Amino acid sequence: MEIVKFMLMIVGMVIVTFIPRVLPLALLGKKELPEKVVLWLSFIPAAVLAALLAPSILLKNGSLYLSLENTSLIAFFPTLLVAYKTKSIFYTVSGGLIFYLLISFLF
Amino acid sequence: MQQREEKIVNKKKLTARLNDPSLKSGVKDALPIILGYLPIGIAYGMLAVNKGLTPLQTTAMSIFVFAGSAQLVSIEMIAAGAAVAAIVVMTFLVNLRHLLLSASLSLHLRNLPLYYYPFLGFLITDESFAVAMSKIESQKNKQRYFLGLGFTAYLGWVFSSAVGAFLTEFIDLGSGGALDFVLPAMFVVLLVMQISSRSEIIVAVFSAFASLFFALTINGSWNIILATVLAAFLGVYIDGNS
Repeated sequence: MEIVKFMLMIVGMVIVTFIPRVLPLALLGKKELPEKVVLWLSFIPAAVLAALLAPSILLKNGSLYLSLENTSLIAFFPTLLVAYKTKSIFYTVSGGLIFYLLISFLF
Repeated sequence: MQQREEKIVNKKKLTARLNDPSLKSGVKDALPIILGYLPIGIAYGMLAVNKGLTPLQTTAMSIFVFAGSAQLVSIEMIAAGAAVAAIVVMTFLVNLRHLLLSASLSLHLRNLPLYYYPFLGFLITDESFAVAMSKIESQKNKQRYFLGLGFTAYLGWVFSSAVGAFLTEFIDLGSGGALDFVLPAMFVVLLVMQISSRSEIIVAVFSAFASLFFALTINGSWNIILATVLAAFLGVYIDGNS
């Protein structure tokens, strides 16, 4: 990645990461966030992750890739099961890699 | 002579501080976090170098940003050729949850000198928060406990991403293949860990479809941001009506 673009990105990322981490800690104690805001925020993690996940397994070069040859899509199902059963990042990622390799050999 | 004595006194003060039992138990409690960071950090390092960052840039991102999921997301977006603005907005959204973590930690870290907060805040992660929540109550010096915990975990994150990044320089893994599935697999488990209610399932499913829809209709990775914001509003709406 070219250096100027990289620097801009890092500075931007640092600012937007630092502020939500520090501000409540430094200012709260006296004030609480409005209930609706807290509720909205509580949905963000699940929403972000789902929004990232769907295109990463269903799109290829900008168009839908619904096919038995889509290894990621097929591997998604057993991986989801491992995630649900273990709730462990380590087991899910290693399991996912094994499923992916098996499926790409089989199909 | 006097200067030397002063030095000795200062040294003793420092050792006393480093021997602080709260600091020490924080460091100790960070070890399982580091074990968890190792595979993710190494995977992040490998992916980042594979998708076009240098090992130094990859490590620098871990040093300055210190936010695993946001870093992985940014790598995915860099590879997709996203604009810097889109990457920054996305990072903001992914890390908005820190507002919540920071707000609940503030209950335990009250009335400290102001210069403490940037350091304590920088060290907030999902993992350090989870450990602190179950252990911080019993600590005598809560800020030192959290510093020990957070900083040790931080070193673990920087170290493991550097290992992944610099290893990739020597071992060419090539792109494509199973490595492409590391991120989706990680999103799957993080998502499953996030979901604890029916409305969260609805939000996630809606967000997934919205993200696909926007990806097919709008250029430049804005699909994720749009889908996330809309889906979170849907969640508020559902919860408000039930």
